[in-house]
Amino acid sequence: MIEIRNLTKIYDSRNVLDDISVVIKNGEIFTIMGPSGIGKSTFIKSIVRLITPESGKIIIDGDDILKTNKEFEIQKIRKRFGYLFQEGALFDSLNVWENVSFGLKYLTDIAQSDYIRIAKEKLQLVGLKDIEYKKVNELSGGMKKRVALARAIAHNPKYILYDEPTTGLDPISSEIIINLIKEMSEKLNITSIVVTHDVKLALTISTRIGMLFNGRFLDINTPEGIKESKIKEVKEFIETSFIEDVTVQSDKRK
Amino acid sequence: MYIINKIGKSVIDISIHLGRTFIMIKNLFFWLFNSKLEKKEVFKQTVRIGVDSLGVATLTSLFTGMVLALQSGYTSKNLFNEPLYVGTVVGFSLVKELAPVLTAIVVAGRAGSSVTAEIGSMAVTEQIDALYTLGTNPSTYLLIPRYLAFMIALPVLTLFSNIVGILGGYIVSSIKLSIPSTVYFDDILQYMEVKNFMHGFIKTFFFAFMIATVSCYKGLYTEGGAEGVGKSTTNSVVLSMVLILAIDYFVSAFLVLIGIT
Repeated sequence: MIEIRNLTKIYDSRNVLDDISVVIKNGEIFTIMGPSGIGKSTFIKSIVRLITPESGKIIIDGDDILKTNKEFEIQKIRKRFGYLFQEGALFDSLNVWENVSFGLKYLTDIAQSDYIRIAKEKLQLVGLKDIEYKKVNELSGGMKKRVALARAIAHNPKYILYDEPTTGLDPISSEIIINLIKEMSEKLNITSIVVTHDVKLALTISTRIGMLFNGRFLDINTPEGIKESKIKEVKEFIETSFIEDVTVQSDKRK
Repeated sequence: MYIINKIGKSVIDISIHLGRTFIMIKNLFFWLFNSKLEKKEVFKQTVRIGVDSLGVATLTSLFTGMVLALQSGYTSKNLFNEPLYVGTVVGFSLVKELAPVLTAIVVAGRAGSSVTAEIGSMAVTEQIDALYTLGTNPSTYLLIPRYLAFMIALPVLTLFSNIVGILGGYIVSSIKLSIPSTVYFDDILQYMEVKNFMHGFIKTFFFAFMIATVSCYKGLYTEGGAEGVGKSTTNSVVLSMVLILAIDYFVSAFLVLIGIT
């Protein structure tokens, strides 16, 4: 369970996160939804202490990651997480299997001789085959995201953080990623925190959605609850997204 | 008022850069003694920095040795009617000053820039953050191997430059000035002491540490996508070159003070 209490992060005198509190239960897919630049990525980066907030508590299974400044102790808590970055953040100098198995050396005691086998297994889990020896720059955007997901789950984390998992992907690749997020949650019982401005994604995969706006959660609810929200900003955001979606689809038909 | 604001902003900016650099070096030493050394990476980076810079460093020192022999030979010929102490001038100039400084400048331009570009690209594509989430950190995986690589490669390249430069001087001395090889090399060996060699050699470690610091720092704090990577790379090379010359003076003065002349 992840418990966030009174989290505040300030950038240039602006409260990007303003006294935020939320509890994310084990096994759920919790989505943080909101417009771009609103602090969604800051929120998940704070959870693994890639960013240090000004105040608040982030308690992960009883351990507050903000309590210590010792890198070794932070690292112990980070081990429980897998992180899918917006652009994948794969290492260009390594090939696919080296990327997937990269964290095993630091996060596990698994023998080096097993790395390739584990990399193959995880790649298969995300629907990729026979690409172990390919270089990262030979992959398409969707494949990169899937390899990055394989890397994020390689050490069998308890939680996965997804930062804009479908941004920049074509509809087919987006669909694959959406299904994979659901599969990861169902098959591996991983707790997922997804950050997105994609309303369709949020409504499709989430157990609960938190609508982030001006540094605060305006509403935390089930997808159905969010759809029927009476809060002006939430309604506007969802309606605008649907109008954009319909416009794009009708433009495509023309 | 505008000028005061400008000065104030510059002072704050410099303080921020110095503070961050200090923290980076502090973390570097912490992880050097508290994490497993990435030997494969150290080897890879040493070869890369050495090989990247070898060709240019060779040409630079070869022609520097040649031009030194030419200039000193003809100057002494004009003054004394014969080329005197050409080997001494070439040897001392190269070993104490020119080979360490020019090799450092070549390494800063060739390898320093590529290190900044590589780490900078990683910074703008969140690969540095990815290192943390995968159980390591940039100090262990990126900085320590590159620092060690610079500290190994630059002294070795400087030694090589010394030899090539002296050989370049020998080629001109024998062909253009008709100085016998025994005279040329005797002029060097007769007057050159170990401390003269050490004067130049010790400086290479300071240069290597500085190039590694500038190139890694500029890479780590790159912002603003591809354009930012370009800016960081240029800044890294310019700053390294200026600092090489500044450090050269201060370290030389210190070495003279403690008797390593």
